[in-house]
Amino acid sequence: MASIPTSKGDNPQAPTGAAISVRNLRVNYGSREILHGINFEVPAGETLVILGGSGSGKSTLLRTLVGLETPSGGEIWMRGKNFAAMSEEDRDELRKKMGMSFQGGALFGSMTVGENVALALQEHTELDESTIEIMVRLKLDQVGLSGFENYMPAQLSGGMKKRAAIARALSMDPEILFFDEPSAGLDPIIAAGIDDLILKLKKAFRITIVVVTHELASAFLIADRMILLDKGVIVANGTTKELQASSQPRVRQFLDRIPEPELTGEIDYLQMLTGDVPPIRQ
Amino acid sequence: MDISTRQSGTATIVDVVGDITLYNSPEVRKVLLNLLKEKKSPRVIVNMLSVKYIDSAGVASLVEGLKLSRDLKSTFALFGLSRTAQEVFELTRLVRVFEIYTNEEDALRGGSPNTNAAPVR
Repeated sequence: MASIPTSKGDNPQAPTGAAISVRNLRVNYGSREILHGINFEVPAGETLVILGGSGSGKSTLLRTLVGLETPSGGEIWMRGKNFAAMSEEDRDELRKKMGMSFQGGALFGSMTVGENVALALQEHTELDESTIEIMVRLKLDQVGLSGFENYMPAQLSGGMKKRAAIARALSMDPEILFFDEPSAGLDPIIAAGIDDLILKLKKAFRITIVVVTHELASAFLIADRMILLDKGVIVANGTTKELQASSQPRVRQFLDRIPEPELTGEIDYLQMLTGDVPPIRQ
Repeated sequence: MDISTRQSGTATIVDVVGDITLYNSPEVRKVLLNLLKEKKSPRVIVNMLSVKYIDSAGVASLVEGLKLSRDLKSTFALFGLSRTAQEVFELTRLVRVFEIYTNEEDALRGGSPNTNAAPVR
């Protein structure tokens, strides 16, 4: 790792040329390891989709990438810096270049939609209030919420809250944008609109995008690359075409929506009932 | 980013060199508002030939310039948008709001702006 820069220089890419480079990443919840040495890269300006079933560790991975979880080992390189090892002050600085759209929206309920979108701009920039007002309207228009700046989050439907959260994630014109289940719980038309928005953002603003989802149609539409997580390890990593062509059993099971087989062995069944983890099926 | 102004007839051309972002757009805004409000320039033209990238803060600053020009009955135009800048203006649905020209000559001449002008690069 001798070539890894350690300065605060404004190198927008990891040493390999990728916008994000994750190396041997491990995350524990207490004594339980959730991510078991994850490695992947996201080239600048591309969209990576993280696929995986419930409990695969994909949301933990996303939370770790944005600094909400502290890794127990490994490295996360973004903008030429190891995010996993930097001071909280440096992390805050780097977070200004990131946008995050949480699964539940996570809007501030006591603030209007417009105030939610404006908050980071008011806190972290020297922009004039009139510029911020225009930016808020631009962002809300991009997500199809023109005219909703004075609404309170409680007055919005689930889909509108999600779109408002995306507008807030976009507020600082991030270089890297993280989405946690952007289409979950949305009707197909709104979900298609969000897919379309992700594609447009990538094209116009050259944003590097990381999306956690289990919506396969959406994933194949927006992704340049995909990784499939299973029980805290990456079982597949490649382009959409490579994943589609994969014969790896776990990939095929996930993409072909084949349910888990029932536990037929007495020992497996006993392990499940007593809380011991049954062996991974390949 | 560098920003400078020059006169061409009654129009003032604002030459911007470098990306217009969240962190330097206040400078662009200041120059534009000063030209329109204080110097009463009847036509302000922003030369975008050397702007490879503009973010939404930059776009918002240009919108402020456009809005003020309309309030003051002067005119405001852009020329030389890069492909990326053109895409930003398309995404924000501003290609039909601004007068956008391919080159300086056309912008000075005025007339019908080519809102679907091919980006210069």
